[in-house]
Amino acid sequence: MQEQSAADTGAGGRAATGAAVISTRALTKRYRGGQLAVDGLDLTVPAGSVFGFLGPNGSGKTTTIRMLMGLIEPTSGTAEVLGRPMPLAARTVLPEVGALIEGPALYGFLSGRDNLLRYDAADPTADPRTRRARVGVALDRVGLTAAAGKKAKAYSLGMKQRLGLASALLRPRRLLVLDEPTNGLDPQGMREIRALVRELASDGTTVFLSSHLLDEIEQVCSHAAVMTQGRLITQGPVAELAAGARGRLVVTTPDPADAARVLKEQGVGDVVVTEDRVTGEPPDRDLAELNAALVTAGVRVRGFGVERASLEDAFVALTGEGFDVAG
Amino acid sequence: MSRVEQGGTTAGGATTSEVTTTSDVTTTPDATTASHAGAGVGRAPSLVWTFGLFRSELVTTFRRWRTLALLAVLAAVPILVGIAVKIETGDGSSMGGGPGGGGGGGEGPAFIAQITNNGLFLVFTALAATLPFFLPMAVGVVAGDAIAGEAGGGTLRYLLVAPAGRTRLLLTKYATVMTFCLVATLVVAASALAVGALLFPLGEVTTISGTRIGFGEGLFRALLIALAVAASLIGIAALGLFVSTLTNSGIAAMATTVGLLITVQILDQIPQLDALHPYFFSHYWLSFADLMREPVYWDELQRNLGLQALYAAVFGSAAWARFTSRDITT
Repeated sequence: MQEQSAADTGAGGRAATGAAVISTRALTKRYRGGQLAVDGLDLTVPAGSVFGFLGPNGSGKTTTIRMLMGLIEPTSGTAEVLGRPMPLAARTVLPEVGALIEGPALYGFLSGRDNLLRYDAADPTADPRTRRARVGVALDRVGLTAAAGKKAKAYSLGMKQRLGLASALLRPRRLLVLDEPTNGLDPQGMREIRALVRELASDGTTVFLSSHLLDEIEQVCSHAAVMTQGRLITQGPVAELAAGARGRLVVTTPDPADAARVLKEQGVGDVVVTEDRVTGEPPDRDLAELNAALVTAGVRVRGFGVERASLEDAFVALTGEGFDVAG
Repeated sequence: MSRVEQGGTTAGGATTSEVTTTSDVTTTPDATTASHAGAGVGRAPSLVWTFGLFRSELVTTFRRWRTLALLAVLAAVPILVGIAVKIETGDGSSMGGGPGGGGGGGEGPAFIAQITNNGLFLVFTALAATLPFFLPMAVGVVAGDAIAGEAGGGTLRYLLVAPAGRTRLLLTKYATVMTFCLVATLVVAASALAVGALLFPLGEVTTISGTRIGFGEGLFRALLIALAVAASLIGIAALGLFVSTLTNSGIAAMATTVGLLITVQILDQIPQLDALHPYFFSHYWLSFADLMREPVYWDELQRNLGLQALYAAVFGSAAWARFTSRDITT
């Protein structure tokens, strides 16, 4: 029985390497008030990826995550997690999913350890014989062993966040859904959590990470998706997303006014002058000619090149906004 | 943040698959296989494992200060009644309108007059005094907070993604509230018995019918009465749990449940609503006194149990329908 199920999953696991861990088709949620929170979402999270889920506040990220976890019933469309439909297969899917949704929630009158024991007891497929040991390991992984006996209401925000992460790590998981996992942590804590995410990912766990920190996504994630106003704008490998946004031509010069004039004459759009830096949209021709034109015009050039676009540039280009709350 | 490599191995009883699962998460196929094998093994004994949530729920409920405070108040009622009766008899004044009479309806005073002869009657008096308000209020607080409190604290979403399962969680909550009904009633009875034995003599018991039964038989009747009182609370427990599934505020659910309790008690006193009275959950509450008749008069007791079962079925189903279809947004 055991061998057979192991063999089954072995095959399934191999097939799943190329398949999607999360896959939604036209997933839509309209709340009772008529507000369309998620609108026809087609999301595909490849197995083994660290997937960054981006979007301004109120863009529907949390509603999407809640639908994936079976907490909210979709109005229409389908969602599959680990190849099985949600929320129908919640009982078989969720034991293999660790989740941190919208920050940690704890019983203040229980100690950190007792909180984890309770969450583990809620999982009917978790072995009670190994419960204490697994809780101990999870506490150790997030660096909370020393504070495990303290009442959770005495925890700082960062410690609560760590305890929430520990509850997601109570058992080996195939998928981790982490909503803003570094919220409330100090820089050292953030680094630790990022290292933990990388470590988990290298173990083969797929990590679905939502964050408003773009550099965090860029540092940790292999794939990303961008949502705004309930719609998915783009998804794919992070490198491709960043490449999608065009870089900017940057000229460093002690003669910025002349340089700006020459660049405009040469067809460079959106020229911006800041002290000794002149930047603009590069034209579709050999940039060497631009440089030659600058030198010919007597502009002294200290530096000349194209700065690669960051994910933030890509994000702003896609959403047409920064991280302001969507109306 | 250091990683401990062997978690499962320290717990001696761990199965092979568990050891693999906890100690080796380094390679993808192995981890996947192991976790799945673990789930496969888990399916067999999960009927026993599933009660882990009930145990956790009991521990969580009875470790709250609020629960302990409610039980302390309930335990204090027989102490106050006992002391009051002792002082009054010390003065040599009559026992007619004893302190238990206010809440105890028609039966309270009948019992209270006998306390000085037999401390066991303090058990009946205390239950009669607490059943109309203190006991159902305590149950209303615990039942009202059951789901709404978890929703308000955000812990509900983590229980559900654990995954506790909505039906399983609701059943566990209801079982816990029922356990609280029983514990609360037994706390009142035990406190009353202790105070009664301390302040008054114990001995043969005179039933309402006028016959005399031995002390052992009387004690057994007291236990039956405590069980009947606990069963009387099933209806309000189901009602409170249903209210609890409607809101994300534990306080609102508690207040609504206690408000309903008071409203029904008042309506039950209005003669114009006579036709509705048999459907109020509190209508047959004082039928427990019939257990002190010789022979026991079962008619109203059975009606009470039937009514409580009806409330449990109706509001239990409503709570289930609501809770299993509800969007969890907190």
